[in-house]
Amino acid sequence: MELVINGEPQQVPEGITAAALLTRLGLENARLAMEVNQEIVPRSQFETCTFTPGDRIEIVRAIGGGGTTP
Amino acid sequence: MSSVMKSASLTTADPLMIDGVEYQSRLLVGTGKYKDMEETRLAIEASGAEIITVAIRRTNIGQNADEPNLLEALPADRYTYLPNTAGCYSAEEAVRTCRLARELLDGHNLVKLEVLGDEKTLFPDIIQTLEAAETLIAEGFRIMVYTNDDPIIAKRFEDMGCVAVMPLAAPIGSGLGIRNPGNIRTIVENASVPILVDAGVGCASDSAIAMELGCDGVLMNTAIAGAENPVLMASAMKKAIEAGRESWLAGRIPRKRFASASSPVDGLFFQ
Repeated sequence: MELVINGEPQQVPEGITAAALLTRLGLENARLAMEVNQEIVPRSQFETCTFTPGDRIEIVRAIGGGGTTP
Repeated sequence: MSSVMKSASLTTADPLMIDGVEYQSRLLVGTGKYKDMEETRLAIEASGAEIITVAIRRTNIGQNADEPNLLEALPADRYTYLPNTAGCYSAEEAVRTCRLARELLDGHNLVKLEVLGDEKTLFPDIIQTLEAAETLIAEGFRIMVYTNDDPIIAKRFEDMGCVAVMPLAAPIGSGLGIRNPGNIRTIVENASVPILVDAGVGCASDSAIAMELGCDGVLMNTAIAGAENPVLMASAMKKAIEAGRESWLAGRIPRKRFASASSPVDGLFFQ
């Protein structure tokens, strides 16, 4: 099925969990936060959270920034 | 001059209190625009800042997997992270950013809220900022809010429950210094939460002036990161803020139109 991950369409296996998705993306050890269709997915739910086709997923991290870094 | 009783920082502790937490440094710094992570780390160390702003952005997928991590370079046991909503142009974007930041930082709820109006000025959109602040406060966030130098709006943010109000000195990154000292002074006089100048300072003397207007602190990024020698400027800013604070606490002399001799007139031997 297709998910939109950080704005890019990606094919992933049906039934993939959030944790498995992060592993697939090489982000299993990264400090990050996730939202699906603008709703936060708590880290404690990564093992159980699954997706439906077309879900829009944002995976974010903290980077350097001050008063507005574009 | 203000008749407020001021304690002398030479003899007594003079911490900055934000939301019930004491900080020794009154300089807050951003972590953007540096050449690399090492320069970021060195400049922030030289600034003496304890509160550092961070931005929340998409993770790069499939690239730069080994790039240095800001949260590792500037560890949480040494610094208080202040996630900001820089780059948000609507209340909705800002609220989403804060929720993601809280999840990312394990429930940390102190955030810097800024909602921008346009790219040319980066002035705050006050209507959107008010809307975001209301939602975020209801969700338990502790908000330090970037706003313009309007005393009425500054008071409004305090009344709705923001833990600090941060008027701009001048447009973000402009280095123009304090364009409206009278308004900053009025905002400080009206306030019972910390007032920090956020954005627009260009050099150390600008920071000292902010502190001499009675501000509780200054938040900056570009003035340090964009200097020819960021680490040296960070050190200069640290000293300027300390000097400005002591100058404010010491209470300056009134301005007078004419001279006032500083040596005694009595005892002149040629009279």
